[in-house]
Amino acid sequence: MHGLVVEFDDPRRLVAACAKVREAGYRRWDAHTPFPIHGMDAAMGIRGTRLPWLVLAGGAAGLGAALLMIWWMNAMDYPLNISGKPLFGLPAAIPVAFELTVLFSAFAAFLGMWIANGLPRLHHPLLQHEPFRRATSDRFFIVIESTDPRFDPQATRALLASLGGLAVTEVQEQIHEEGAGR
Amino acid sequence: MTEPQIPKLTDTLIELGGLGTRLWRGGLIVGLAALAGALALGLAAGDHLRHFSFSWLVSFAFFLSLSLGALVFLPIQFVTRASWSVVIRRLVEVMAMALPFLALLLLPVLLNLRQVYEWASPQPQHLTPELAAHKAPFLNPVFFVVRWVVNFAIWTWLALFYWRTSRRQDRTGDQALTLRMVNRSGPALILFALTCSLAAMDLLMTLDPAWFSTIFGVYFFAGGFVAFHAALTLITMGLQRTGRLQRLVSAEHFHDYGKLMFAFTFFWAYIAFSQYMLYWYGNIPEETLWYLVRQSSGWGAIGLLLAGGAFFVPFLGLISRFAKRNRKLLAFWAAWILVMQWFNLYWVAMPVFSPDHVPLGLLDALCLLSVGGFWLAVIAKLGAVASLVPVNDPRLPESLGFENA
Repeated sequence: MHGLVVEFDDPRRLVAACAKVREAGYRRWDAHTPFPIHGMDAAMGIRGTRLPWLVLAGGAAGLGAALLMIWWMNAMDYPLNISGKPLFGLPAAIPVAFELTVLFSAFAAFLGMWIANGLPRLHHPLLQHEPFRRATSDRFFIVIESTDPRFDPQATRALLASLGGLAVTEVQEQIHEEGAGR
Repeated sequence: MTEPQIPKLTDTLIELGGLGTRLWRGGLIVGLAALAGALALGLAAGDHLRHFSFSWLVSFAFFLSLSLGALVFLPIQFVTRASWSVVIRRLVEVMAMALPFLALLLLPVLLNLRQVYEWASPQPQHLTPELAAHKAPFLNPVFFVVRWVVNFAIWTWLALFYWRTSRRQDRTGDQALTLRMVNRSGPALILFALTCSLAAMDLLMTLDPAWFSTIFGVYFFAGGFVAFHAALTLITMGLQRTGRLQRLVSAEHFHDYGKLMFAFTFFWAYIAFSQYMLYWYGNIPEETLWYLVRQSSGWGAIGLLLAGGAFFVPFLGLISRFAKRNRKLLAFWAAWILVMQWFNLYWVAMPVFSPDHVPLGLLDALCLLSVGGFWLAVIAKLGAVASLVPVNDPRLPESLGFENA
């Protein structure tokens, strides 16, 4: 079993339910909604990410790489006098340094986000779960994964059932047979 | 857990009330006293008030840039249909309404035109007779004054439009007025861009009539726009300290102030560098002379102060989410940015008066106090006329419940 899912038709109930799941001390769980909901981060207890530090480091690396590259190419490896300017003139180096700072920051942000989220991932058990299809239109879900240290088939099911949702269902780890022949 | 609580207008004071009158009186007294002191100092120098006029010009340009920042903030909010800013929009309307009164504060410069602007004197020192004759159709006192009359007429018209329409909505609650302000804001932005660029060139660039820069208008705007957000931050915090707008303006709004200050700090540096790099690369005497003066004998130190203090340090200081949401840090950076914008304008204008040393002193402080006192008096007086919040704006609830994702 991948985990247990509870389904809601009202975002306010979902937010309240998330707070209860958080208070129960679960770690490996998530909420799925068709649109962003204010107050969700607080209810779920989502903390800030360390990604900004990675982006800052990426930017600094880009800045350093650009300045070193220009200095090495223009002033050391192949000194080239361009209209009497210094071999390494900071004003001339700044546009490239700026661009590489931005480029490396963007790389760090994009790739860092992928790595932090375990992407690319081509399949997820939830995508096989029939009720979950409405998560992109009009239903709101909480999923508690079975790998959570506090997960207990009976107790977790009881907790989810107490949250005032529509139905609690199991999500299977394995791909359903019906899709195999196509 | 329930839904996030949306603060109510009745939770706090949303009128300036008696504080407006006290600030108006206080500002006027400070303005007049500092003006008297500055004039006395200026007359004592026996230079036909030349130093006084330059000092005054710097501080005038400083507060002009704040109010122009306010004037362009308004149409930007409307064309983007922004909701976050609705709760603080009235403060901005008031800051923009200082523009008609700033016209009066330009008089000391206009009355002493020959001492300030070389092109207005019969024999310009730094222009050849041919060049002076070539520039005369544009750079002559009459046309200069005409341009300022036109600039201030357009700014007054725009500021009055937002101020009146927004207050009418306070009374009537007519939602069509919002649409009216949206519809007029596109053309308002174009008018602003033209007049602001022209004003920047006239006020500051023509101090050195031989020098020219096509990006100068953007440079002036960028510095002013950062400083405007800094002033708005401090004004909002000041009002909250007196028990006004409490809870209505939250960390979410201050976070946005911080984002805008951060972004336009970089924008200013980007523009400043764009101007510098082209002239550095081209290396043509008539273009580099302006920078040569500003890189030597004391002015170079101010230039470095700007590169570090107006860009690099606040850029790093405001980069994190934490700094933007921490009131004390944000207040510190807002004050820092205001000081830097003043030095920015000082570095642009003052070397024309004194190319060989930095004459920073009491006269500059008195002029800053005087223009600042008058500016504050005007916005306090106007701020007391209406509610501090556009109470019937259709997007106000959205603004009050605003959250950064």
